[in-house]
Amino acid sequence: MKFITIDKKNWAKGIEKSRETYRLFGPVKDKNGSFIRDLENDMLPDMNCHDSVLSVKSVLFPQTEKILFTTLDESKEDHHIMKRVPADTRQRAVVGIQPYDAKAIQLVKLNFDTDDYRDPYWCDAYEATTFVGVGINKPGPFDFSTSAGTGPFSETGLDVLMADLDNAYLAKVLTDKGGAFMASCGFDTIADEKESRALFDILRKEAEKNIRSQVDTGKLKDKTVLELHEAPFWDDIAFSCINCGTCTFVCPTCWCFDIQDEAKQKSAGRFRNWDTCMSPLFTKHATGHNPRDSKTQRVRQRFMHKLKYFLDKYDQGIMCVGCGRCVKSCPVNIDIREVCNIMNSYEKKE
Amino acid sequence: MDTCIQKIREIAFQLLDKKEVEKVIGFSNGTIPMATSPITIASKQDTEKLVFNSTCGLNLANYIRQQKGKIAVIAKGCDSRNIVTHIIENQVKRDQIYIIGVPCKGMINKSKIKALFEDDILKFTEDGDTLIVESSSKKEKLNKKEYLRDNCRLCQHRNPVIYDVLAGEPVEEQVLDVPYPDVEKIAALDADARWLHFQELTKNCIRCYACRNACPLCYCPTCFVDESGPQWVGKGQDKTDVNTFHFLRAFHCAGRCTDCGACAEACPMDINVRDFTRKLNKDAFDMFGWEAGLDQTKRPPLDAYSPDDPNDFIK
Repeated sequence: MKFITIDKKNWAKGIEKSRETYRLFGPVKDKNGSFIRDLENDMLPDMNCHDSVLSVKSVLFPQTEKILFTTLDESKEDHHIMKRVPADTRQRAVVGIQPYDAKAIQLVKLNFDTDDYRDPYWCDAYEATTFVGVGINKPGPFDFSTSAGTGPFSETGLDVLMADLDNAYLAKVLTDKGGAFMASCGFDTIADEKESRALFDILRKEAEKNIRSQVDTGKLKDKTVLELHEAPFWDDIAFSCINCGTCTFVCPTCWCFDIQDEAKQKSAGRFRNWDTCMSPLFTKHATGHNPRDSKTQRVRQRFMHKLKYFLDKYDQGIMCVGCGRCVKSCPVNIDIREVCNIMNSYEKKE
Repeated sequence: MDTCIQKIREIAFQLLDKKEVEKVIGFSNGTIPMATSPITIASKQDTEKLVFNSTCGLNLANYIRQQKGKIAVIAKGCDSRNIVTHIIENQVKRDQIYIIGVPCKGMINKSKIKALFEDDILKFTEDGDTLIVESSSKKEKLNKKEYLRDNCRLCQHRNPVIYDVLAGEPVEEQVLDVPYPDVEKIAALDADARWLHFQELTKNCIRCYACRNACPLCYCPTCFVDESGPQWVGKGQDKTDVNTFHFLRAFHCAGRCTDCGACAEACPMDINVRDFTRKLNKDAFDMFGWEAGLDQTKRPPLDAYSPDDPNDFIK
């Protein structure tokens, strides 16, 4: 394990240098909040941003992505034959992200990269990307990451974890990819390993101590799907829901998408867009049958998927990293922490 | 305004106790500061859960359609105007709704308050016209008047226009010499700058449709953006498609919008979608002297023929 010290005075220059190899992404402050953006020349990632409205998932899985294209011009031999949009294989680095966003990418990977299927768009982007996180020294009131299997200094899925030490960053290089990124920045001041480890440990413990909110998930596994599915609380939970897509779009682990074909004159494209299980259109059948016709069914689907189906299928905890974005952004304040606790503590009355 | 809450709870208790209504729709406390959540109360024991304060910015008229039996609903001035609109548009019957009117001094602009803090707000309380807001780094005492939502600052119908009972004394209505300063400001821009204004406005839209779904007017069984046969609008993030959604939604609300602000309140991206609807409200007022939701007996201007119509083509 290698640790590197970066004097903040050298930070901008190093990041600039990395552009020779990498296309950079990172949090940027906008008047409506912070967003993970493609960092154009001279733009630096906002390293103090611990609350980007949307997560890192869009770097690998854009809200709208053109995946295939064709021509409708019948005089062309290959008309109507869909071809893949050439993959952007340039190296990307996403810098300054919340550590649990990288864990979320690992959860999303379970869906896009399986033994049976490899989603080429997502996987190619994933392989090209280096994830550089920055530990959250002061987690906010929405953060319940420690009880969601991650934390403000979580390393899962990251290539580099940095700690903000006022005048300097201390970088923990976790993978070869991370080492290559640091080298491309010219950051090479090796820090003492033992001291650095101890420092990270202190910062992590201090940060975790500040987390005030949590979810209880221990009993979810032992409940049956039907027990929870048929529980009496769903109508109450769903009442206030307006069925917008906010919770699913801000969620770093929501991976559902919808395929749309669009044509303009003689050229046509196939796009994939984020989908949301909150929408009445979600998985609506061509026959007109809607498997989840009511609001309650849709709200239940979201929470059952995140907190029960996923848990049962993959045995890797809940499909939630505790970032709190949905809690913060929900227009009607439906709080996954409350719902999780209700589900976890539910005992069917005989 | 929070003095109303005891009265609201008493009324709700009585209504449920005497079985005059099957349920009461109101607001409950949220799980995070500055949040309240719509709630339905069916048992008189639960009426203590009802709250009413300056964070109740959503419009409860959005929750009264397709309900079975008689229901009670808590209504601010704007909510009551949307109930009137629902009655005119045959979405609810007057005798099916028991309206607990609440004279309103305005709801707070949560984004403006959040912007005062570098870190997250941990506590929010109100004491009359003073808002007390705390984060882990500081505590602010704010004058509520300075932190009202834009639509509340410009509101001329704070008292419910229709109700079965009032939960508080009527408040003084504001009379504004210039009711649409925001629209005039945008209208004064040249065409390019105006276009740029709206491009910037929708730049961060993620098409979650929170604006549409929080709006009591948007009750179409299938919205035009969701229609697939024929498909009117692309579903991706193409700018033209995003803007088409916003433009057309605003036009669908012309002469119907009460400027309740629920759309802007619900937007997770803090987009003031009212910049679209306000212009149409102003047009409805300038051309037809019309403000939506004031009178159950009058058809909205885009829904009626009148020989006094200012346009020649219709005569």
